Amino acid sequence: MARLVETRDETPTARTLVLDVPGWPGHLAGQHVDVRLTAADGYSAQRSYSLAAAPDGDRVELTVQNVPDGEVSPYLTGVFSVGDPVEIRGPVGGWFVWRPDDPAPVTLVAGGAGVAPLMAMVRARRAAGSRVPFRLVYSVRTPDERWYAGELRRPDPGVEVFPLYTRAAPDGWPRPPGRLAKGDLAGWGWPPEFDPACFVCGPTGFVEAAADLLVALGHDPRRIRTERFGPTGG
Amino acid sequence: MGIVSPGFHGRRRQGDVKLPPGQYLTDDFPVLSAGPTPRVGQDEWEFVVTTETGERHRWSWREFLALPSETPTVDIHCVTKWSKLGTTWTGVSLDTLLADVETTADYALARSYGGYTTNLPLEDLLDGRAWLAYRFDGEDLHPEHGGPVRLLVPHLYFWKSAKWVHGLDLLTQDEPGFWETAGYHDYGDPWLEQRYQGD
Repeated sequence: MARLVETRDETPTARTLVLDVPGWPGHLAGQHVDVRLTAADGYSAQRSYSLAAAPDGDRVELTVQNVPDGEVSPYLTGVFSVGDPVEIRGPVGGWFVWRPDDPAPVTLVAGGAGVAPLMAMVRARRAAGSRVPFRLVYSVRTPDERWYAGELRRPDPGVEVFPLYTRAAPDGWPRPPGRLAKGDLAGWGWPPEFDPACFVCGPTGFVEAAADLLVALGHDPRRIRTERFGPTGG
Repeated sequence: MGIVSPGFHGRRRQGDVKLPPGQYLTDDFPVLSAGPTPRVGQDEWEFVVTTETGERHRWSWREFLALPSETPTVDIHCVTKWSKLGTTWTGVSLDTLLADVETTADYALARSYGGYTTNLPLEDLLDGRAWLAYRFDGEDLHPEHGGPVRLLVPHLYFWKSAKWVHGLDLLTQDEPGFWETAGYHDYGDPWLEQRYQGD
């Protein structure tokens, strides 16, 4: 069982939940948990959420995007209050993970809410004192939809962050708004010759497109790990 | 019953529909896969069954299409918790493909283009419970959903229905596949909620 100890609003519609989970066994960056909500009459609903932070004792963090017609996310982002209990199960998943002892450079490609498990990797790198070079290409529709904006703006030696806007960019931003293109990944990701580990996470269409572009650039498909958020999340 | 979440009411939108525990209904067709989508042309696709003695049985795309097909309508359940009801596929029953294959194997390991694998007891592939599907809703199966051909084993969680399927190894001992070695359940019965190891 977990208990909510703190919340942080990332955007007007996305909230980070800091949970205390006594006996948490630790996790790898990229893993997820299942959150299960139970109503007073016994009805229950479950969803999966990526762990957003590095392992830190009994503390775990999730960031939840409110899906207005969703069943679980409006509760987690609106009703769920500090001190409330919740059932969580995990950590789950042994494939979409970054291990601090892996020396390969890392290209992270995030679409919207898909940044959460990739942020866990950035944070795990920092927590481990790793010097593995990271690049994060982060696609969002507009600047105010960026999660973890303050933290990603602060210098973190060895981590380069490339925000990319699909609908509206800040004034004077050099790249016109538009979908992720081959040139973005060619210019901002590590070249295939460096044999980077590539992690791609976001909505299905974004992940399909980004993974195809990485393959087209010459990356070994076996070096590209993907995680997709279905359109029916929530 | 689990811990009650104060103020949670939920949405009992399933009505009379009975879903496996922990699942919710979707009308979409979400995608789950671990890497880039392999693009396999029909002309290069082939299906290879390798028995425990090393004997191989091969079907080219043309030979495969010449086999009698079936059009099952089935419910599918993904371990990521969505269920989709009444999906219609066209494919060849594994009973048809394995009819002339001599084996004493109890297990099968499905192998896909791109390197994906998943394991199942051989009996779960027989008796009209599994197909090699090449059409979905009357159209050629899209690569995102496993085209040109995917395994369809609807009575198990959908990761067992290997996309881009290329072959089947028939084995006398169980050999865990991709997700099964990454923390997921060896068998994956959605009605018993066998999601992860230990369930």
